[in-house]
Amino acid sequence: MTDTSTSMSVSAAPKSPEKIARLKARYRAERRFRFYGRAAIAIAAGILIFLLSSIVYNSIPAFTQNFVELDIELAQDVIDPNFSKDAEIIFAADWQGLIKTSLRREFPEVNSRADKRELYDLVSSGAGDWVRDFVLDNPQAIGSMVRLAVPTSDDIDLLIKGLIDRNLPESDRLVSNKELGWLDHYTARGRVHTQFAWVLFTSGDSREPEMAGLSGAFVGSLLTILVTLAVSFPIGVMAAIYLEELAPKNRITGIIEVNINNLAAVPSIVFGLLGLAVFISFFQMPRSAPLVGGLVLSLMTLPTIIIATRASLASIPPSIREAALGVGASRLQVIFHHVLPLAMPGILTGTIIGLAQAAGETAPLLMIGMMAFIVDTPTDITSKATVLPAQIYMWANNPERAFLPKTSAAIVVLLLFLLSVNATAIYFRKKFEKRW
Amino acid sequence: MNYENENKIQSSGVQVYYGENRALHGIDLNIGANEVTALIGPSGCGKSTFLRCINRMNDVIDGCRVEGSVFIDGDNIYADHMDVVELRARVGMVFQKPNPFPKSVYDNVAYGPRIHGLAPTKEALDHMVETSLKRAGLWQEVHDRLSDSGSSLSGGQQQRLCIARAIAVNPEVVLMDEPCSALDPIATAVIEELIEELKSEYTIVIVTHSMQQASRVSQKTAYFHLGNVVEFGDTKQIFSNPKNSQTEAYISGRIG
Repeated sequence: MTDTSTSMSVSAAPKSPEKIARLKARYRAERRFRFYGRAAIAIAAGILIFLLSSIVYNSIPAFTQNFVELDIELAQDVIDPNFSKDAEIIFAADWQGLIKTSLRREFPEVNSRADKRELYDLVSSGAGDWVRDFVLDNPQAIGSMVRLAVPTSDDIDLLIKGLIDRNLPESDRLVSNKELGWLDHYTARGRVHTQFAWVLFTSGDSREPEMAGLSGAFVGSLLTILVTLAVSFPIGVMAAIYLEELAPKNRITGIIEVNINNLAAVPSIVFGLLGLAVFISFFQMPRSAPLVGGLVLSLMTLPTIIIATRASLASIPPSIREAALGVGASRLQVIFHHVLPLAMPGILTGTIIGLAQAAGETAPLLMIGMMAFIVDTPTDITSKATVLPAQIYMWANNPERAFLPKTSAAIVVLLLFLLSVNATAIYFRKKFEKRW
Repeated sequence: MNYENENKIQSSGVQVYYGENRALHGIDLNIGANEVTALIGPSGCGKSTFLRCINRMNDVIDGCRVEGSVFIDGDNIYADHMDVVELRARVGMVFQKPNPFPKSVYDNVAYGPRIHGLAPTKEALDHMVETSLKRAGLWQEVHDRLSDSGSSLSGGQQQRLCIARAIAVNPEVVLMDEPCSALDPIATAVIEELIEELKSEYTIVIVTHSMQQASRVSQKTAYFHLGNVVEFGDTKQIFSNPKNSQTEAYISGRIG
């Protein structure tokens, strides 16, 4: 506005009123447009911030876990009655029984069968694993009395975190008054404490929320993405180089081009069906395996990579090609010595975007059995596995309330995974970037 | 020196089509060895197209078709047995806009010798780079920053780098497509001096829009008009006493 007023005062010839009005209207239009743009960005950013903060807020409880210290008698006759010292026999001992004994000893007044069951529910049904791991690490402790921290059950965990309100009437509360009393018994003696929930990262899936972790899904995602990268990057880049640089421009290449563009718009579940029919039914590849998942996602990623690579190759100025041709470089030398290195940042960006898309994909993996309850962490591309987005979906479907924060935590992990993938992309783009 | 005053390049009946459109209507031109031949004419007259016929750079343009033949030392470069890559090593080219590779000064010059396997050792390559840069009159300015990016040089230096790059593979002919059109008068003067020196070793064909430049650097001049060579002869004669009225109109500034 200041510009117009000064120029008006400076200019010798006075402007007609219509001219001034028109000028003002133009400035107003510009201001309006700027406002709309800012509003659009503010709304988008607001939604994003709301989404992220709500997910992160909901996920916080899942990153901690409560443990209760129990006095456990590592009875020789339960663990290794024949003194075999055989790890397999020790492994198969009734560890949960030791925990139950410990709880009964702590509360001798509990007699009825129903009460006992409630008492046992104080700790995780997988708590025996902690005792087992302790004994396998310290076999000399067999026969002695130890105080070990074992995870509480999911409802007790939620109660301690304040996600179950202990002031509610007993009938509305997942934790009974008796359980509250037992818990308070331990709390009063300082035997309940909160730790970082390593289980979230070290263990595979489980029906018990306090035992469930993302390790299986994370490794599954990683293996699947590696397969996708190994298959789609070389094929996609080669196809793009041929189409862009070497192929004659005729009807056939035209048809191929159109179809590649169409392929990018095919719903991803169709690729899943294709994978089921071709890879699993025809080629007899294993179900639920990262190998098949990676191949299916490759089909999805290929068009993205081809399109990005072609665009990137086409953006290299012709002067560079002419310069190389002018000194007698062959077509292949022009491509591999000059064009491809310059196009690399764009190619990598396209590839990583394609991979990030694939890493967040669930629909095609549904069809090939990767949406499955798999406890073990996969060891290679043919072992059974699931992936992070599928894990999120399965946890979200579980009835236990404790899976709610777990689901959010899994989303946070997936987002961090994608973020690190994108950060890698930016790193490589900067590294390969050259000016001309 | 054997080819002094002999015809290095002979074109006969060269016609070029861009799709349906005929850009050159049968060019017959004899270009002498170790002299500078200037191609002048208004925009779109086909002089650049003709220049690009001499090292078959038109091959890479989609829909471009060349008829007729161009002989270099009696070899038809449009014959089937002719290897384009080898031809372009014999016929170097300098473009309108300086287009150094986005690599170091050294790598820019060394690229040609490397791909043609001209330098067996690192020392030989170093020597080649140095000689080429010296011949292009750039050595003094860049000898202490050979590892800097070629695009960090000034426009005139970049163009001399491109000349060094072209002569590093030891061509017989150097084609220049308006090499000074993107340069200021001082950088232009440097390039023109360079052309004067280079002609003792190379046959030079230069396309230019500047009549002064054509008269300064060339011994022979061809005037192109609408895809035909209207007049070809000694530069002095063309500029002082053109035989054709169109040529006269162009060089006197009445058309063009």
